[in-house]
Amino acid sequence: MLRWLDERLGIADWARSGLRKIFPDHWSFLLGEVALFCLVVLVLTGVFLTLFYVPDATPVTYEGSYLPLQGQEVSAAYRSVLDLSFDVQAGLVMRQVHHWAALVFVAAIVVHLLRVFFTGAFRRPREINWLVGIGLLLLALGMGITGYSLPDDLLSGTGLRIIYSAAISIPLVGPYIAFLLFGGEFPTATIVSRLFVFHVMLLPALLLGGVAVHLAILWRQKHTQFPGPGHTEHNVVGKSFWPSQVFKSTGLMLLVAAVLALMGGLVQINPIWSYGPFIPTTVSAPAQPDWYVGWLDGSLRLFPPVEFTVLGITVPAPFIPGVLLPGLAFTIMTLWPFIEQRFVTRDTRFHELLDRPWDNPFRTALGVAALLVFVIATLAAGNDVAAIIFNIPVEVMTDVLRILIFVVPLIGFALTWRVMHELRRDDRVGPARPPVVRLRRTPDGGFEEIEASD
Amino acid sequence: MRALSILAAVLVLVGLAIVTVPAISPPPRTLAAPGEEQLAQQGAALFARSCASCHGSEGQGTEFGPTLQGAGAASADFQLRTGRMPFTEGAGAQAKRKPAAFDDQQIEALVAYVASLGDGPQVPEVTVDQALVPEGQRTFIGNCAPCHGATGNGGAVGGGALAPALDQATPVQVAEAMITGPGQMPVFGYDQHGLNAVASYVDYLQHAPHPGGFAIGGIGPVPEGFVAWVLGMALLFVIVVLIGRRWTAKGGDEEHVP
Ligand code: HEC
Ligand code: HEC
Repeated sequence: MLRWLDERLGIADWARSGLRKIFPDHWSFLLGEVALFCLVVLVLTGVFLTLFYVPDATPVTYEGSYLPLQGQEVSAAYRSVLDLSFDVQAGLVMRQVHHWAALVFVAAIVVHLLRVFFTGAFRRPREINWLVGIGLLLLALGMGITGYSLPDDLLSGTGLRIIYSAAISIPLVGPYIAFLLFGGEFPTATIVSRLFVFHVMLLPALLLGGVAVHLAILWRQKHTQFPGPGHTEHNVVGKSFWPSQVFKSTGLMLLVAAVLALMGGLVQINPIWSYGPFIPTTVSAPAQPDWYVGWLDGSLRLFPPVEFTVLGITVPAPFIPGVLLPGLAFTIMTLWPFIEQRFVTRDTRFHELLDRPWDNPFRTALGVAALLVFVIATLAAGNDVAAIIFNIPVEVMTDVLRILIFVVPLIGFALTWRVMHELRRDDRVGPARPPVVRLRRTPDGGFEEIEASD
Repeated sequence: MRALSILAAVLVLVGLAIVTVPAISPPPRTLAAPGEEQLAQQGAALFARSCASCHGSEGQGTEFGPTLQGAGAASADFQLRTGRMPFTEGAGAQAKRKPAAFDDQQIEALVAYVASLGDGPQVPEVTVDQALVPEGQRTFIGNCAPCHGATGNGGAVGGGALAPALDQATPVQVAEAMITGPGQMPVFGYDQHGLNAVASYVDYLQHAPHPGGFAIGGIGPVPEGFVAWVLGMALLFVIVVLIGRRWTAKGGDEEHVP
């Protein structure tokens, strides 16, 4: 059978070399795999949900088993999600696993991105995969936002309203963009079916395609590795995909699935029945988006609501915090490999060896500062909830966060800078170590000594 | 075996404690219910002692507390039974729910006294009825959820005030809150039917099962994001570190970069 295929397709060599791909031995290389396996769980549970979901905003009467909504008029979409939750076998657990997997998926992507950033893995020649990765992050966010809104409940409706007002706030083109996305003035009857197309067709196709490209490039360029005995800028040392890494990865996949199943089975998430159906005249409170959109919402809450006019064009309040600043942040992050090459390190060499975070104190400190801005902006999205928990007025909470978002990243930058410099010194001067003789295996089976590079 | 028997003994003790504690805890009632007049008299005395410093000797109000003339029995009953009065939170603060400072009979006396100060709403009678839950849900989501949250878990209303969680309010207190509008809460002029419906839904929220597992606060994405990181991502992180550990001393094969 295999021979039959090979004779026709001639892929045996290609497959054999692919299977020999080396995976370096460090746990941090598995973080991306966690994201990948979350995606697997998302696809599987998502297919199940798609079998029952109805992308239709037509009003219908709910007659399912959830008492408080019986006899009420709701959209067909909302009813189908209620039925999924209460009247479809295993429907609720599938919904919950799907939603938890989405939250963890983005979290894993972020952690993976941090690993890549802090180790300088994006340096030449891997700038392309950095760009692909950022694209995947954006697609994952798009998947999250569209999925969150599908149940057509009051909470997600409030979220859509905020997105609509951010889109329409873009000077000049805003109204057109909003019209393109929503098909009219909010709330529109078409939005549910549009979101559905985005969520189950357009974005997944791009996302899965992007993942394929991401992995293909990884296979082609090979992994990076941390410095170590025998590790050079011209090789990668580790275990081959077959018969070694496959088992690790399969095990990891099963464990990821197990953790997500555990969460979906034990912890309630997004109880849309409590929020009630979307009603245009009502907003829910406290109204929060899922965590990965929190920084946008937080930015809206922290920024003073100012509206001004430049050159006769009115810039509505949500534009700067909701579109401009996040757009700027994302652009800088996307272009970081090039910015660093051009202005920071002036380093355009090829790299197979990773930086340890202290090898480049500036990059690490900057990353920490950016991360802290993100964390505080995210916390700000929960300012009303935090106000309840800490029992202080929301306004005070907001003012405190307004100060923290400037102060904490600065302190974080300074501290990290300091610590990284010290680590670097220890690393260079450090306790005297026995001299290391580095050997390389030559193609004909002998060994040759290579001069110490540091 | 030994451990098992100790466990059994502990369980039996705990069980006994659970059975006996409620049986002995309510203090025996000594006072017989006094007549109307006595009640108002006793109320006046209590009022002079505990309330007049803020609300004035005739309940006319001072700089420390609003007038109670026209507050009515419903307001007094609500404030006293939710422990908000006597007010101890300090000037400008919001009155908080606390254990009631007076026993039933004293509360009845104070309520009778406050009611006698001027015309105000009576303590409402409320019937909780399953059939009214859907109607109550609609009213609640539209009118109460913006402050108290969709699951009645409370929320911030601005100006430093919090709309408290509704997990402890009795149906009568829910109705009293609606007709008297305590603190920052507006007055809702519902008829008897409307009061019953909302009270029924709040009662449903308090007793409904939570489908889907632990309700982690029921206030939506904030605790959910927290759990996603602290439970999900952290667990996976540990797994990754364990699986990704260098299991062998020497790093295996090598591949050259094109
Ligand atoms: C330390 C001052 C203080 C004391 C003592 C006090 N109150 Fe009050 N009371 C207040 C304040 C302030 C308010 C307004 C609270 C609010 O708006 O949340 C209030 C509000 C009330 C209200 C609601 C008024 C309305 O318009 O509905 C009632 C009823 C009431 N108090 C009754 C009492 C009774 C009965 C006592 C005695 C047991 C008492 N209070 C003791 C300060 C006090
Ligand atoms: C504008 C915001 C707001 C709205 C709308 C609102 N409430 Fe309140 N509610 C409050 C605040 C604030 C308090 C605390 C009052 C105080 O400070 O004493 C409160 C207190 C209560 C309490 C007392 C809780 C306790 O355990 O002590 C109940 C019950 C209650 N509200 C029910 C309702 C119901 C039912 C509705 C809808 C018909 C409603 N509220 C609408 C703000 C609101």
